[in-house]
Amino acid sequence: MSVKDEIKLQFPAFSENEGFARTAVSAFISKLDPRVDELADIRTAVSEAVTNAVVHAYRKEAGLVYMTVRILKDRVVSIHIRDKGCGIEDIEKAMTPLFTTAPNEERSGLGFAVMESFMDTLSVKSRAGAGTCICMKKKLAEKE
Amino acid sequence: MVRFLVQGKNLTAGLSGDIDHHSASLMRKEIDLEIKQRLPSDITLDFGDVTFMDSSGIGLIMGRCRLMREIGGKVKISNASEQIKKVIKLSGVDRITEEV
Repeated sequence: MSVKDEIKLQFPAFSENEGFARTAVSAFISKLDPRVDELADIRTAVSEAVTNAVVHAYRKEAGLVYMTVRILKDRVVSIHIRDKGCGIEDIEKAMTPLFTTAPNEERSGLGFAVMESFMDTLSVKSRAGAGTCICMKKKLAEKE
Repeated sequence: MVRFLVQGKNLTAGLSGDIDHHSASLMRKEIDLEIKQRLPSDITLDFGDVTFMDSSGIGLIMGRCRLMREIGGKVKISNASEQIKKVIKLSGVDRITEEV
């Protein structure tokens, strides 16, 4: 894996920072001149991952979200979003579309489905009580 | 944050800015208050000035569908961008709403 550029950010898991995370990723990858739809896909996936940390990981306590964005060779964007929150007990169940533990807050249960659909790869590692790490990659189209 | 327009029994809610988990709950409260006061036969959610939407927007649409069903009304969607349509299509919520 050849890393051409990288940023690491950490910020409190406040809902206000969902927009900040999207803006930071957009600004960092703008040098690749992504297409409008590619940028929208990445912004949406990042928003879902950070929202998961805000809504679920740190439900009972405050905490930090750690985001690493890397530009790899061949215009691949790699994004890791990690928390040290409550973790996910059953990842398979959590990733089932429409499954949510927060229906009263009108959570649609589509966060992972969006990440999976809008990015090329998605992997979720989690341990109950230790936290969750979401890793996503997307290869941007070659410039003509 | 939400601009309302009343035309007969139709209520239009003009949404603007980014719709994410942070903003959706406030929009939801504003829209529900208006629905409960006016009891429209249908509500049009106008996404013309929305700059971004993630799955929190789907929760917003689905919740309003439930509320409108309770009062015998429908939800319509207008002026959604390609990005918003992509999220809507993934959710399947396009099957329970009407695009106008």
